[in-house]
Amino acid sequence: MDIRAQVSMVFHLDKCIGCHTCSIACKNIWTDRKGTEYMWWNNVETKPGTGYPTLWEDQEKYRGGWEKRNGKLVPKLQGRGRTLANLFHNPYLPTIDDYYEPWTYEYDHLFSAPEGDDQPTARAVSLITGDYMEIEAGPNWDDDLGGSPIYAANDPNLEAVSDEDRELLNELERVVFMYLPRICNHCVNPGCVAVCPAGALYKRGEDGIVLVSQDKCRAWRMCISGCPYKKVYYNWNTGKSEKCILCYPRLETGHAPACFHSCVGRIRYLGLILYDADRIVETASVPDDELVQAHRRLIQDPNDPEVIANAKANGITDAQLASARISPVYRFVKEWELALPLHPDFRTLPSLFYVPPMLPVQAHIKDNSYDVDEVGASSLAPLLSSLEGARVPIKYLASLMAAGNEEVVEAVYRKLIAVRVHMRSQKVGDITEAEAKEALDVGGLDTDTAEAIFRLTAQPTFDERFVVPPMGREMAIEPTEDPFREKRETGFGYRTAPERRW
Amino acid sequence: MLDQFLLIAIPYMAVLLAVLGGLYRYYSDRFSYSSQSSEFLESRTLFWGSVPWHYGIIIILLAHLLVFLLPGLWKGIIGEPSRLYVFEVMGFSFALLTIIGLSALIVRRFSFRRIMIVTSPMDWLLLALLLAQVVLGAYVALFYRWGAEWGAYKAAPWLASLVKFQPDIGNVATLPWIVKLHLIGGFLIIAIFPFTRLVHLVTFPLSYLWRPRQVVIWNRKREKVRIKA
Repeated sequence: MDIRAQVSMVFHLDKCIGCHTCSIACKNIWTDRKGTEYMWWNNVETKPGTGYPTLWEDQEKYRGGWEKRNGKLVPKLQGRGRTLANLFHNPYLPTIDDYYEPWTYEYDHLFSAPEGDDQPTARAVSLITGDYMEIEAGPNWDDDLGGSPIYAANDPNLEAVSDEDRELLNELERVVFMYLPRICNHCVNPGCVAVCPAGALYKRGEDGIVLVSQDKCRAWRMCISGCPYKKVYYNWNTGKSEKCILCYPRLETGHAPACFHSCVGRIRYLGLILYDADRIVETASVPDDELVQAHRRLIQDPNDPEVIANAKANGITDAQLASARISPVYRFVKEWELALPLHPDFRTLPSLFYVPPMLPVQAHIKDNSYDVDEVGASSLAPLLSSLEGARVPIKYLASLMAAGNEEVVEAVYRKLIAVRVHMRSQKVGDITEAEAKEALDVGGLDTDTAEAIFRLTAQPTFDERFVVPPMGREMAIEPTEDPFREKRETGFGYRTAPERRW
Repeated sequence: MLDQFLLIAIPYMAVLLAVLGGLYRYYSDRFSYSSQSSEFLESRTLFWGSVPWHYGIIIILLAHLLVFLLPGLWKGIIGEPSRLYVFEVMGFSFALLTIIGLSALIVRRFSFRRIMIVTSPMDWLLLALLLAQVVLGAYVALFYRWGAEWGAYKAAPWLASLVKFQPDIGNVATLPWIVKLHLIGGFLIIAIFPFTRLVHLVTFPLSYLWRPRQVVIWNRKREKVRIKA
């Protein structure tokens, strides 16, 4: 047993309003430099949709993540020999046109234009070439309903859905969508790290944050293909790969990452989980329909004396263990089994989990009125949500979050519905206790758990959402440097400007 | 006197510059120690340039290395006319491959605005030198009957004399000037090596073949902390 700590995340999709505040908070801090304009370390996608970059989930196109070949778990991209053979040209690399050409507007022209009969305009200017350009795509081009029949219809997850359901999804009157905010998953079995020829990408042992060493990166560009979530970006200006750093400078000083802190819907949770590093490969190798359960088994109980002893042997401090015990992520993922990893079929064991959104029920236009069918007179009707009548097919969500295992997704929804029914019977009282009891039984929850789920979902305090573990940096790198000298002179972090002079 | 400068002074200066400059850049500016890939901005033309260029030049350079390190073996190989013929044809084919690839790379840098933006003056200099060098090499191979012999009989002893610090240009001073240009061109490329994107050569990630899949870096000394539980 090799117990390691991992800073992990839960996004509660039911609360996401798709406002992109997280994306902007991140962009303003980290990616407003030349060469990074197109990078959205945090982005929000509309699902069904093709996402950013376009069709990132299509691994036949980009070959990210892992696959089992002859029973062995190997990067889907290519073997070690072929990696070196393809250094001169990576055939699976997305190009800037799979994202978008970043632009600004010629605002200055509004002020400097000579006097004339026409109102001066601010034309779009490419941030790469500086030339005028036609804007053809943007980071959230298929946001909300924007071009839904064009974009949504190409969502790779729809392959799992029957033709009939696909028609239902696309029919304008009942078009349905959900938001999917995405950041780097800081995977336990990262694909980007595994394919980097230079060994520039690495996982921090103490907290599991995945980073790119800018000095070691040699622009071999395999990581961009190797990450199935397309969350490693290539800085075309410096010739280096860059990615979400989970705001580690903020975490190390006890702050939540910027996208977490700024989240308007308060959908984000952060906390430590403990996992057994000896079982990573074994866990990532199980058949598709067992992946979610295997991932849950990989996560260890921070109250188990054996786990504690092994954690301490690895240098995990008592304070960190205490933090792991009150981690909201542990509760959502392991204790309540409500949060699911995004695309476990990529086999990277992501550390970001999603509580799927409660879904609106199916409806048809009948005699010019909007008719909610199939749930009809059943006791769940007032809850506006029912599993069988859900407008987004369970198959679709299973493709997104459970590698096709519908039972896992259904179990999550039974619990979510049970919490809703129970709380409604408590607060509103239009549901009888017997009906509430039945819902709890179907969901497999007791009253206390249902109320705890409700509380952490709907009424958590700031400190309950973000249990930032003490990172113990004072025990780590600083003793090798003199803080008094560093703080007065070069400061921490970059010692030289990240610019090419040659 | 000119020969002495071109064939003795330039080689020594070039190698000295390459070693010192390379070390200086590696230790002072490791951030830039790579070839700045532009595949992200343009991929299709790059394929037709980069792939033939790299595979062509790798094989050509290995052949040059074989001639310089084991001239005896090379003399044996080309001693038989039929073998010489095969090697001449193969060598020239790979030379053509490098010229086609390099031309595609140059045209690409001219014709795509995005690529032009990320091209430095040193990139242009390097491309020009490389093109001149491979064209000269191909010219010698095509138009000089003794091209294949000169490598082993003339250039190899000259290089060996330079390595032994007993420079002797007797062998190469009498060669046609176009061949001498090829010899000097090689050293010019070595000279500018540390100041261009060529530095990516010495960072070739061979160790990827055996390194563990996952890289984990611990800030605290883990061996000191980790006790067998």
